[in-house]
Amino acid sequence: MSNIGSYDERVKNFSWSIAEKELGYKPGDVINIGWYCTDRICEQGKGSKVALHWEGHTGVEKTYTYNDIRLATNTIGAFLRGLGLKDGERVCLFMDRIPELYLGFLGILKIGAIAQPLFSAFGDESLFVRLSNAETSAVITQKKHAPKVRKILEKLPHVRHIILVDHDGVAPLKDREVAFSLEKAAPVEHLDIHPTKAESPSVLHYTSGTTGMPKGVQHVHYSLISQFLTAKWALDLREDDIYWCTADPGWVTGTSYGIIAPFAIGVTQCVLDAGFSAEAWYKWIEKRRVTMWYSAPTAIRSLMKAGDEIVKKFDLSTLRHLASVGEPLNSEAVIWSEKVFGLPFYDTYWQTETGSIVIGNYPGMEVRPGSMGKPFPGITGTVLDPVKNEPLPTYGKIGLVALKFDWPSRMRTYWNNEEAFQKKFRNGWYITGDRSKIDKDGYFWFAGRDDDIINTAGHLVSPFEVESALLEHPAVAESAVVSKPDPINLEVVKAFVTLKPGFTASKDLDLEIMNFIRKKLSPLAMPQEIEFVPSLPKTRSGKIMRRILHAKEWGEEIGDTSTLEND
Amino acid sequence: MSDELKDIVLNYVTKEYLEDDSEPLTYETPLISGGIVDSFSMVSLKRFLENKYGIAIPDDEATPEAFDSVNKIVSLVQRFVAKKG
Repeated sequence: MSNIGSYDERVKNFSWSIAEKELGYKPGDVINIGWYCTDRICEQGKGSKVALHWEGHTGVEKTYTYNDIRLATNTIGAFLRGLGLKDGERVCLFMDRIPELYLGFLGILKIGAIAQPLFSAFGDESLFVRLSNAETSAVITQKKHAPKVRKILEKLPHVRHIILVDHDGVAPLKDREVAFSLEKAAPVEHLDIHPTKAESPSVLHYTSGTTGMPKGVQHVHYSLISQFLTAKWALDLREDDIYWCTADPGWVTGTSYGIIAPFAIGVTQCVLDAGFSAEAWYKWIEKRRVTMWYSAPTAIRSLMKAGDEIVKKFDLSTLRHLASVGEPLNSEAVIWSEKVFGLPFYDTYWQTETGSIVIGNYPGMEVRPGSMGKPFPGITGTVLDPVKNEPLPTYGKIGLVALKFDWPSRMRTYWNNEEAFQKKFRNGWYITGDRSKIDKDGYFWFAGRDDDIINTAGHLVSPFEVESALLEHPAVAESAVVSKPDPINLEVVKAFVTLKPGFTASKDLDLEIMNFIRKKLSPLAMPQEIEFVPSLPKTRSGKIMRRILHAKEWGEEIGDTSTLEND
Repeated sequence: MSDELKDIVLNYVTKEYLEDDSEPLTYETPLISGGIVDSFSMVSLKRFLENKYGIAIPDDEATPEAFDSVNKIVSLVQRFVAKKG
């Protein structure tokens, strides 16, 4: 029997108080995610249970019990307080998937500060924009990533501390740098947990916007309620599970379901800090006897590409439930996983802004391969007529995926950008930016984005941000960035570029521009193809018409070109 | 050609994908499984090799395993250079 039991019954009898009761929380109580994920589990007598099995790419392994992570998060929290960091201040985590990332996240929350995780592959420009917008007070990082922080430090007066977790003691520390070693620090048995309340800010994740710079999605400690219950019901996560979430905590899946929910439930989590290879992944599942696996369509398609034979080399019989998130899971992948693992991947749908799963396929409910599933109990979802902004009256018509914005883990605002937050609503509905249809049985079917945002391997990339960075390359006069189809990553970034006088298109220039963007923004934002063109399609008022280039890439109708310049 | 090719690839990966303070690479350092080059960055590394040696590496040959060390990359490149004649 699954945790959710009957989906229909749960919908009929739903209240978020179910999660509140399980967590022993009453409205008005102190609620601190850091405490719930560590001290509470220890108080239940499970301090000696393994919380985290970690393995790095060199094969180094570390194991932490719940008591270990309680002490480690206390120790990090005390260290941060000792530096003068206070509740409400933003503390960035800019690290690979090392234990300090997971433990640092909870340590920050324990002192009431706001955790700001950033993907460690970000280049200096991506990093600067996000640290500057959040007026971040401290950055916890590794020596390998410190040069990127140092490069922009002069422009970041708010950053008071750069905390190096692996300083070797040989190279001298530079401006504002301080060393902290979790292994060498004296464990702190008792830490006064900051008495955060339901609406106290907790996490700040940055997400790409279609026309502006990245926006900081602000979450609160009460998000725990949604994250806890959705992990139990949608992911069917149980206390005795060995759980592997493949997401990086630089992105929201890696914090909501890679830190908060699993530790709050008290499961044993596994983290493999290594690049992708089918063999390494299967070996990890076999070695750790993983029972619940939460991954992403891009990874699943890469595993499909590696073939069926390799699966047979490993004992994966411990797996009992699989789920996926990040981009639409194609029906072929669902069918393939049933064939090779004997289990389907259950697709789940949510966003940085929603903080937890809002639509999904649930254990015990019929999986319709290729479908997003149905709204989580307690969530009201629909598709809106894009003109009237009212729910479409008939099934099967494509509209805007919209939600009643009333569940615990919804974002509270965009950091310092309430105007952008308000623009996410129409006629009382939160607009996700995705399009879908609903079938007669209530299943949602993804139909694409409603804006220019590129979803590559489950990560959103803003064309605007890439275009802005391209203009900083000395050879680029103008650019337009769109998505192009990709069999593994769903979409990848493609740039159309016009060159300044004196520059000539060449393979070397193509590579130079690719690397320029990779280092400045991130590998995800790097155009995988650059097309040098003599001019870009523009409206008569001079606005670049990405729509035309996008249609060309996807083999779609170009549509209305009446405003096209020189048409 | 092998030693020269090895050094060209090693120097390129060091220059393009490693931060200043990183441990030095060897010919056997795991690049993909070691998290030094991710699957997206692999595209630019592949492009470099194709431009430099005038070859075309098909996507189904450009696997994470084939790009996982300087030595493996060199084997791959040599195979396509030989094919080219």
